[in-house]
Amino acid sequence: MNLLDPQGPVAAANSTILVDSVFIMLAIVVPTIVAILVFAFWFRASNPKARFQPDFVYSGRVEMVVWAIPALTVILLGGVAWIGSHQLDPAAPVPGTGSPVRIQAVSLDWKWLFIYPDQRIATVNTLTVPAGAELNFQLTSSSVMNVFFIPQLGSMIYTMNGMVTKLNLRADSEGKLHGLSAHFSGDGFPDMMFDVNVISPLAFPDWVAATAKSDAVLNEESYKKLMQQGVEKGRPVYRLDDPRLFDLIATQHIPPGPGPELISDAGRPHSGGHDAR
Amino acid sequence: MLGKLDWSAIPFDQPIPLIAGAVVLVGILAVLIWVVVKGHLPYLWHEWITSVDHKRIGVMYILLASVMLLRGGSDAIMMRIQQAVAYQSQGYLPPEHYNQIFSAHGTIMIFFVAMPFVIGLMNLVVPLQLGVRDVAFPTLNSVGFWLTATGALLVNLSLVIGEFARTGWLAFPPLSELSYSPGVGVDYYAWSLQISGVGTLVAGINLVTTVLKLRTKGMNYLRMPMFCWTTLASNLLIVAAFPILTATLAMLLLDRYLGFHFFTNEAGGNVMMFMNLIWAWGHPEVYILVLPAFGIFSEVVSTFSGKALFGYRSMVLATMAICIISFMVWLHHFFTMGAGPDVNAIFGIASMIIAIPTGVKIYNWLFTMYGGRIRFETPMLWSIGFMVTFIVGGLTGVLLAVPPADFMLHNSMFLVAHFHNVIIGGVLFGAFAGFEYWFPKAFGFRLDERWGKLAFWFTFLGFFITFVPLYIAGMLGMTRRMQHYDVAAWRPWMIVAAVGMAVLTIGVICQIMQIVVSIRNREALRDRTGDPWDGRSLEWATSSPPPVFNFAFDPDVRGEDAYWDLKAHAKRQSLEHEPPEYHDIEMPRNSPTGFVCAFFATIMGFALIWHIWWMVILGGLGAWATFVVFAWRDHDEYVIPADEVARIDRVSIEDRRNLVSMAGSV
Repeated sequence: MNLLDPQGPVAAANSTILVDSVFIMLAIVVPTIVAILVFAFWFRASNPKARFQPDFVYSGRVEMVVWAIPALTVILLGGVAWIGSHQLDPAAPVPGTGSPVRIQAVSLDWKWLFIYPDQRIATVNTLTVPAGAELNFQLTSSSVMNVFFIPQLGSMIYTMNGMVTKLNLRADSEGKLHGLSAHFSGDGFPDMMFDVNVISPLAFPDWVAATAKSDAVLNEESYKKLMQQGVEKGRPVYRLDDPRLFDLIATQHIPPGPGPELISDAGRPHSGGHDAR
Repeated sequence: MLGKLDWSAIPFDQPIPLIAGAVVLVGILAVLIWVVVKGHLPYLWHEWITSVDHKRIGVMYILLASVMLLRGGSDAIMMRIQQAVAYQSQGYLPPEHYNQIFSAHGTIMIFFVAMPFVIGLMNLVVPLQLGVRDVAFPTLNSVGFWLTATGALLVNLSLVIGEFARTGWLAFPPLSELSYSPGVGVDYYAWSLQISGVGTLVAGINLVTTVLKLRTKGMNYLRMPMFCWTTLASNLLIVAAFPILTATLAMLLLDRYLGFHFFTNEAGGNVMMFMNLIWAWGHPEVYILVLPAFGIFSEVVSTFSGKALFGYRSMVLATMAICIISFMVWLHHFFTMGAGPDVNAIFGIASMIIAIPTGVKIYNWLFTMYGGRIRFETPMLWSIGFMVTFIVGGLTGVLLAVPPADFMLHNSMFLVAHFHNVIIGGVLFGAFAGFEYWFPKAFGFRLDERWGKLAFWFTFLGFFITFVPLYIAGMLGMTRRMQHYDVAAWRPWMIVAAVGMAVLTIGVICQIMQIVVSIRNREALRDRTGDPWDGRSLEWATSSPPPVFNFAFDPDVRGEDAYWDLKAHAKRQSLEHEPPEYHDIEMPRNSPTGFVCAFFATIMGFALIWHIWWMVILGGLGAWATFVVFAWRDHDEYVIPADEVARIDRVSIEDRRNLVSMAGSV
């Protein structure tokens, strides 16, 4: 999950900016730290060779330089930030080969549901995508906030109930990656890790066809069961009944997921803690 | 009768909080019994609890912060151990407990350690530096302190009665709404902060007024010590920002108690509004904490370099620039919410602009050292340690202000490492520097140097051993608040961080040892001069500890570094020859208002948390009645006769005279 080992163009661009910014700043940070240590050492009270200049308390030239150095650095980095935020806006298109794959991600308590509306399938805690294709994500949450994040593919984005966020990514090479939620969402939060299988574009239709044969069907009823609080250790796959399911969730036609069941009236609710263990 | 409260609120099934709570309870009882048996109670009541002396209140703030630092530190130790062992296992803390610990750790460290520590130092020092006898509103000052203590008490009460929030230290909805957090944890969180927030706000109003309205003769704005400037900036931010926190938490409480829909999923509630509001307070908050620390470093670096602060006016400008810009950057806390490229870029650049005045400050401290005669006593070690550490934190902070980098690092362990880097390396190092620096002023004896230096080195090294691994874990995609994980690459770094935590703990033990050893050797460490560090500002012009009226005469200020000038002047003209003419001094009377008010506020807060409505009314009426009694007081001041002033002042004047003639020879 190393951020410096990107597997797609978005992550690659993000991490390039990250590394470049660090080096731009190191160019002034390292000399400053060295100067602090050297000055402190040289002007120690016990050093007879150091010249005591108690009246050196103002110098227009020094002031000019000390305002200019950080200002110039910030101007440079500000440019990086401006261009970077525009080019790497999560909603900006990321052209790829072949037709884009639409994926609708829903964060549940405490698992990820991935709906492929065009393929009429859905998966839980596994995201399977073809290498090289543009991935158009639409994201929402069934209950509390989460953040969708695949470190090696790049930009993370919030999921919120009643709202849809957009994110475009691309995975360049086949292999297995990991994703997670990057915003604390309750007791089962650490178990919101998911697998990302990047497979060849040729194998993708086969995977879709195999998944579509699943016995389990995802519809409003089974979705409501899925959104109960709890951790999902398996990797269930579904046939999608209604391709508009995501819209029903995002527009709150399906009401937000419930919280923990309260068995004690006093303070300490009994939540999905059992499942989380 | 007791609302939601019954026996199931006590966690009999969870040994860790139960034992921790029992230990704390036994500790408190032991201290109480000792106080009563030894007959210290009247002394404590008259000299401390009801005191409206800014110095005493400052010391009590710092004592509160120190005790809470141990509590927050214990939470940190538990978290580091959990993450070191919870690889492919559940560790030793179940999620419902671990989640309370990180929420409590953040809440305590910010609201009940960092805040009272800096407010305590400001209270202790600012009136002395301004050359005045007290703050603007002495009784209000006491109320502010005791309400802060109420908040701290309620947070700790949650350890044994009920639970604390499991939502993180900012309690983001909808997770913090009734449907997802039905327990009393969020209520403990919100009511503690509401009550202590009132305390912080009155402290802010008090200190702003003090700096603006109460300065001695000749102390115009551009002669104030840097610490007074940063105090002004910080408290202006408190006055502007804390009402936002209060309003935001009030809306959350309305949602939870009366079925409103400000931040719920349903009925048009908007969680993004909470995000914006809480950070509109939250970002200024970090500058509220760090600006006073900058002031402390300015005083310390200048004193221990034997030079005036380099570029004083530039520093003032930088301080006020930070004060203003810090209000315009809050959105950088959620670049990943999909706000769009223009908004992200503008807030990113605004955030970076704060780095300019901050960088200027670093360079000005650097040039203050240049050409100085630097004495490496403990406060100076903390200051140099701060400069090195804080630059690294600044670098990672500016990095997080670049939106595309933040898209990878938001909410990660890298972020955790960053804000600990600036809060430990900035605020805590500053608080410790100020503690070491002003301790002799507050108590009349110095702290032991050897233990102080050991504490510095263990804390400094421990900081890097703990938080560099967290930076690395963040680069490996590790997100914050993980109760367990399955990624092998993170494990070694979590173990190193736990080792670092052990080193930090040794640092804290050295700090405690330093105080114990110093108290035992206090006669040898006694400071009879009032000016143990060859200081430059007015707090060193009076005895240590200062008399209740601070100064027998209003000091007359003729330039920056008022006391330094006085000393140089005295050398040239020999000393004041004619015996001074003393006058009666009026001082504010002690008042139990603060303590009694906080007592009722505690009852009210506890009752609100547990829905015990009759008790809410009782507490509210009690607090209001306390205020009314205070408002109807007839005598609020007493007179210290001139003879008494003269007697107190003459005790120390000879020693100080000797010192002044010595200092002049430099």
